[in-house]
Amino acid sequence: MGLMVEGKELDTDEEGYLLDLNDWTRAAGAELAKTESLEMTDSHWEVIDFLREYYDEYQIAPAVRVLTKAIGKKLGKDKGNSKYLYELFPYGPAKQACKVAGLPKPTGCI
Amino acid sequence: MSSVIKQFLYVNRKAPYGTVYALESLEVVLIGAAFEQDVRLLFMDDGVFQITKGQDTADIGMKNFSPTYGALGDYDVKYMYVCKQSLEERGLTVDDLLDLKWEDEDEDWAEKDSIILVDREEMKSLMTDADVVLSF
Repeated sequence: MGLMVEGKELDTDEEGYLLDLNDWTRAAGAELAKTESLEMTDSHWEVIDFLREYYDEYQIAPAVRVLTKAIGKKLGKDKGNSKYLYELFPYGPAKQACKVAGLPKPTGCI
Repeated sequence: MSSVIKQFLYVNRKAPYGTVYALESLEVVLIGAAFEQDVRLLFMDDGVFQITKGQDTADIGMKNFSPTYGALGDYDVKYMYVCKQSLEERGLTVDDLLDLKWEDEDEDWAEKDSIILVDREEMKSLMTDADVVLSF
């Protein structure tokens, strides 16, 4: 199974997560968002960029609780709550946002 | 989610690469911490190499997972004990270890050191005080 991005097929797992995070581009993120039926806005991308930076530094995708806390610290308290994140990513911020960000599913994802 | 919080002590005794113990331990630590348990780590014997600075795994074809220890503070893991004797026996000092911190929410996110050096006597009481001891 793969994901077509700008005429190139990228490898994904059976749940549609990218196999190689180096394959990720903004365009790939937009295609991944379509598979999750997400209408991407600047607020969505802000979370995606945060996740990619977090992964780059720590080599893991954070658990939801950690993501919520860290977003609150970085982007402001009004965004650091699960209501805000679930409004952006209704089927789970960790699961959906990590997928769009091209990251593996987070450890301890529930 | 369960409201009972137990104190877990993860004892890490093996070098980071060559066996899968260190990585498996780290995965379970992350899961335990995601479930908001009181998670503490103890590094002893060759396990102290798991948190040394400047690890480079390019030539052994394995992922360098040492940056992930830096995320544990975000998971409210505040106590990472390191056996003093094990460091000395390997010619290491605390300066050879990663600079691991956690942030104290009650003190305006003041950064605090996670690494605490302990001797073998203190390790005994750490193990006695924990509800669950998992050795890797």
